Amino acid sequence: MNKSTFLGTLAVGALAAGIASAQTLNDVQSRGELNCGVSTGVNGFSAPDANGVWQGFDVAVCRAVAAAVLDDPNAVNFVPTTGQTRFTALASGEVDMLARNTTWTFSRDVDLRFTFTGINYYDGQGFMVDRGLGVSSATELDGATVCIQTGTTTELNLADYFRVNGMDYEPVPIETNAEAQQQYLAGACDVYTTDVSGLAATRASFENPGDHVILPEVISKEPLGPLVRHGDDQWADIVRWVLNALIAAEELGVTSTNLAELAAGTNNPEINRLLGTEGNLGEMFGLDNEWAVRALAVGGNYGEIFAANIGEQTPIGLARGLNAQWTQGGLMYSPPFR
Amino acid sequence: MSDTHAQTVAFVRDTMIPEQVPPVTERGAVKWLRENLFNGWLSTVLTVLSLLVVAWMVLETGPWLMRSVWDAGSLSECRRIWAEAGVPAGACWGVINDRLHQLLFGFYPPHLYWRPVLALALLLVALGPILFPWVPRKLIWFSAAYPFMAYFLLWGGSIWLPVSAALGFVVAGAVLVLLRPLGTLPATLAAFLAPLLWWAVAAGPFASVMSDLLPVGIEFVRSDRFGGFLISLVIGVTGISLSLPLGILLALGRQSDMILIKSICVTFIEFIRGVPLITLLFTASLLLNYFLPPGTSFDLILRVIIMVTLFAAAYMAEVIRGGLAALPRGQYEAADALGLDYWKAQRLIIMPQALRIAIPGIVNTFIGLFKDTTLVVFIGLLDPIGLSNAIRASSDWQGIYWELFIFIGAVFFVFCFGMSRYSMYLERRLRTDHR
Repeated sequence: MNKSTFLGTLAVGALAAGIASAQTLNDVQSRGELNCGVSTGVNGFSAPDANGVWQGFDVAVCRAVAAAVLDDPNAVNFVPTTGQTRFTALASGEVDMLARNTTWTFSRDVDLRFTFTGINYYDGQGFMVDRGLGVSSATELDGATVCIQTGTTTELNLADYFRVNGMDYEPVPIETNAEAQQQYLAGACDVYTTDVSGLAATRASFENPGDHVILPEVISKEPLGPLVRHGDDQWADIVRWVLNALIAAEELGVTSTNLAELAAGTNNPEINRLLGTEGNLGEMFGLDNEWAVRALAVGGNYGEIFAANIGEQTPIGLARGLNAQWTQGGLMYSPPFR
Repeated sequence: MSDTHAQTVAFVRDTMIPEQVPPVTERGAVKWLRENLFNGWLSTVLTVLSLLVVAWMVLETGPWLMRSVWDAGSLSECRRIWAEAGVPAGACWGVINDRLHQLLFGFYPPHLYWRPVLALALLLVALGPILFPWVPRKLIWFSAAYPFMAYFLLWGGSIWLPVSAALGFVVAGAVLVLLRPLGTLPATLAAFLAPLLWWAVAAGPFASVMSDLLPVGIEFVRSDRFGGFLISLVIGVTGISLSLPLGILLALGRQSDMILIKSICVTFIEFIRGVPLITLLFTASLLLNYFLPPGTSFDLILRVIIMVTLFAAAYMAEVIRGGLAALPRGQYEAADALGLDYWKAQRLIIMPQALRIAIPGIVNTFIGLFKDTTLVVFIGLLDPIGLSNAIRASSDWQGIYWELFIFIGAVFFVFCFGMSRYSMYLERRLRTDHR
């Protein structure tokens, strides 16, 4: 049976549970803790450090939501989920939200009955090859052996791309990113394909990163974002607008350093509405008006979180690219706070 | 016929020739080599091939191990150390140094590490009277109390929860002793039902009343803080110690004359054996959530322990059934002839012999179960393998591969090899026939 059909069946089975627990906000507040599903380890996005504290770009979203709702960025219970368990964990109510570099697709949104609350990273699938091969474009990859993680959308994208371009390839199925690195470095495959952010993180860990080149072609759209269950729009709104607040804060120039100063009131009404000195936006979805101040106090705005976890100053070294603000030529665009 | 005669021979030796050393090919190392390694052309070819393989492995891994770096905070630091020394990359054991506590305890609060360590030390004490005959017999009571002590140490919280759980067994024992005069079957049935009744009705109120009266307890640690070898050992030890008694009951049930019990046991065993463990684990982690009422969060580790135990018990039942089948019919008849009732016959005559026959199979199942605990990585529990993925996901250690697997493999080997040696010791100790 097709995996998504199976998960869909499970999700439909959980519908009753979903409707019954439409008050996620109340549940979270009475529990005093946010259950946030993360991946079991993706460099820069979510991983425990040596002290067992979860760090990363996806983790920061969980912490911002926890700070907005519970006034404590550490009141998060991080639930590690695998690619197989993530959707059932969310559908069954084991986690309140999922921030686990999950691609927003039609079937996940509609058929699995989830609500994607925005996009915190625009990714796309790319290829990495050894510079020595002299390949400069993915269209020259005819007949290549390709290391590919099984059971992911990347596998399907790869098949589509090679078919459209009339090329052949030989897949080398692998299970984890670490295994892929070993196989690729050992020469078991000519090409490693996964999301470009993953390729960059992987390449950064090589002994000689300069020997490997990430090809310019990006063959798929992988909009990654946090998601919640269908059926609780209030909770979906909270997660959506916490993410929007992080993005809008960068656009409006609100940073962790000037946050306290700006939260006292400014001449810019948009900043005032965001930070709660004007209007009562927070009360509209059941929080107080300082929710965004608290969310921003955790790790700063979207740009600061990006720079601290995966930006060019980190070993992963990702450029903003598509993830720059719309004013900077990127796609990050928050609806107005009004 | 012959004219040979003592007098006609010029010389007859009248002393023995002193013993000669055997020819060089028939003694010492050369003989051993000829007999064991170069005995015929096939053996010679295989020896040479094996030597080549060993040499190749040593040449491949030896230099890598020789360039080990222990004192480094990240893979790039290791690489800098090698670059400064002008040598190619070696083993970067700094990752074990840096993350050892995480591999051992997962996310357990560091100031409470003494609790799992103490639980492990007490486990060794509790195993003593079970494993070795020279340990004082009285200690068996400590072993019986150990599961509750271990629960209290590892999870913490109020002491009255494990105490009230333990009281269930006290109730069972009391009922068994009190109702013995009424006959075996009623006493056994009552001893099964009474503790269930206690746990279902009285244990909860008892625990809450007692913790109001006398609040004794230590800091509570949630099971999602468990990880690394702590989780492997908790699942493994619980599974091993529960699967043996369960397996014995299932094996006896399968041989029972009572059709209901027999068919229940057969169905259970065949169902569990027919389903892969990974399926049961996914059931534990995913499906059970749908069946339970919303809002009940039934501890994931507990669910996994139950599934692993049931899985191992089904295999154990078949191993023990093998032991039972190997017993001559006469043993059963002799037990009956002595006038022993069913349980006494099992306890005194049948089981000691059947279990002894089944020891290799039992230990085999134990080892398999312990290693199977690493499968929980697929449901997102951070056992050593899961943690190795999480550790590789940090920027410091991305790119580390073999070092983590070698370390984890070495620790598992110590445990499994220990079990294997113990089973050999036990087989020797229990060998009562005169082979």
